[in-house]
Amino acid sequence: MATQLTRADVQKVALLGRLKLSDAELEAYTQSLGNIIGYVERLNEVNTDDVEPMVHAVELSNVFRADEVRPSLPRADALANAPKSERGFFLVPQILDER
Amino acid sequence: MSYTVIVGLEVHVQLLTKSKIFCGCSTEFNPDHPNVQTCPVCLGLPGSLPVMNRRAFELSLKTAMSLNCQIAPFTKWDRKQYYYPDLPKGYQISQYDLPFSLDGFLEVEVDPTEGTTRRVGIIRAHLEEDAGKNLHDETGHGTDSQVDLNRAGTPLLEIVSQPDLRSAAECKRYLEELRLLLTYLGVSDCNMAEGSLRCDANVNLHVHQPDGQDIPTPIVEIKNLNSFRNVELSLEYEIKRQFEEWQKTGKRLGEVSKETRGWDAARGATFAQRGKEEASDYRYFPDPDLVPVTVTEEELDRIRESLGEFPADRRKRFKEGYLLSNYDAAVIVDQGAELASYYEEVALGCGDAKQAANWVTQDILREMKERNLTIGQFPIRQPVLIALLGKINTKAITIKSAREIFVDLLTEGLEGKPIEPSRIDELVASKGLALVFDVVELDAVIAKIVDKNPKAVADFKSGKQAAVGALIGQVMKEVKGADPQRVRQMLVEKLSQ
Ligand SMILES: [Zn+2]
Repeated sequence: MATQLTRADVQKVALLGRLKLSDAELEAYTQSLGNIIGYVERLNEVNTDDVEPMVHAVELSNVFRADEVRPSLPRADALANAPKSERGFFLVPQILDER
Repeated sequence: MSYTVIVGLEVHVQLLTKSKIFCGCSTEFNPDHPNVQTCPVCLGLPGSLPVMNRRAFELSLKTAMSLNCQIAPFTKWDRKQYYYPDLPKGYQISQYDLPFSLDGFLEVEVDPTEGTTRRVGIIRAHLEEDAGKNLHDETGHGTDSQVDLNRAGTPLLEIVSQPDLRSAAECKRYLEELRLLLTYLGVSDCNMAEGSLRCDANVNLHVHQPDGQDIPTPIVEIKNLNSFRNVELSLEYEIKRQFEEWQKTGKRLGEVSKETRGWDAARGATFAQRGKEEASDYRYFPDPDLVPVTVTEEELDRIRESLGEFPADRRKRFKEGYLLSNYDAAVIVDQGAELASYYEEVALGCGDAKQAANWVTQDILREMKERNLTIGQFPIRQPVLIALLGKINTKAITIKSAREIFVDLLTEGLEGKPIEPSRIDELVASKGLALVFDVVELDAVIAKIVDKNPKAVADFKSGKQAAVGALIGQVMKEVKGADPQRVRQMLVEKLSQ
């Protein structure tokens, strides 16, 4: 059963992804994302009644590391890509709304 | 009109690992040196790959098993997407539909004096990563906010209770019991001042109607409660507020969306925050960078064996084995495993469990509190207290003398002097506190005092029983450490001749 992707769906996804789309872009993405979903939906034609759900593409499990401290980055390196920093902190535009 | 309070708690607890959950950065609490415990993994730099910390997973299993949870044979991690400056990747690695544990419970003693318990259901416990810390400009001049990512990636266990709690006080008791269990297990230090244990509360009311129906009010989530006191106060406030709101608007569950509120401790009030994104808005999907984990029965058995004794079992054992009251057992066990073990060693060593309980719950706890000491720092160690209580039991000294010696030992110990059991004998001798059993000596002193006090003797003989008190005092002055009961008895005998 094909689901029709609407403009409103794309608008919502853009909002959640903090993307600002123009009207033309919104139109284009509704079209192209709709095509992708339609393409993937062909998988629904396969009968999966006896197939275990897969959660990972790699057939590996239980990969652990020991609880050992390793050296961290020097602070200057950690902050190197920050647009703004001060006294060892990353600086971001003031957060008004506490979670 | 009456109502029932319905509360479920989400507790976030930092696990006691040395390194972070997905990288080797230290988890040390280090607020004075921001951003010195970061690496490409916990900074979320492109191309970095997380690898699960084995100890974090084992501590999680240990906790969930202690909470009587079912352990999933297969578990995986998911990405929870949202934007916030303390979350550098733009998603938190958490667990969505296949958490490692489900469906447990915690027995909570809601009334320690009575020993009445309530079973609080645990919906799930899952393992995730902590975010960093934002520091806001308190002046409000529109400057930037600061972000410290030292904490980002610290292993965090989220424990979600059923909405089984019925009052603010019960919530506090649940949290106290949970904290005690976690510290007994050694899975977390639960240091709230350092943010090791944080809590969100979901609360609403079931308002009872005259026709017997219950109307549920809209659910409110109070976020980021960082002390047990604040949990209790915010719930008390919120319960009242919701009832007033219901009386005003009559809005019931489902008619308005779930509200998120914060707690302003200074004002003593909750306040509305922005609406919470719906779960679907987090766009959870399996993290392709992490592989699933399967757990075998053998591994579970191995962990089960390492669990040790739970606080609730220990309380029960103290009550049954040492005949302690509910209250004493709770006071001792609730102070933590170290104090409970101290008590137990003294109880077994001196052979008088009740006497040991009195000393631990009264003298020792009082001094610990006044002097701000932990039991580990307390200078009178078990062998010394055993020896001291032994002296009472064999009637070598009185309880009053023992208290005096206890204070002397404590003072000397805090001055840094080593305190050995032999020091008790020295103090007993130098202070003349040994109970005198020498009847001949006591007899001589009594005869002398009786001779010196003809008036008191006459008073006694004319029926004034109280006159004997003054004589006892004088005898005790001469023979320090005499047993006052014994002195009274001998005096009365002498005067009745
Ligand atoms: Zn790191």
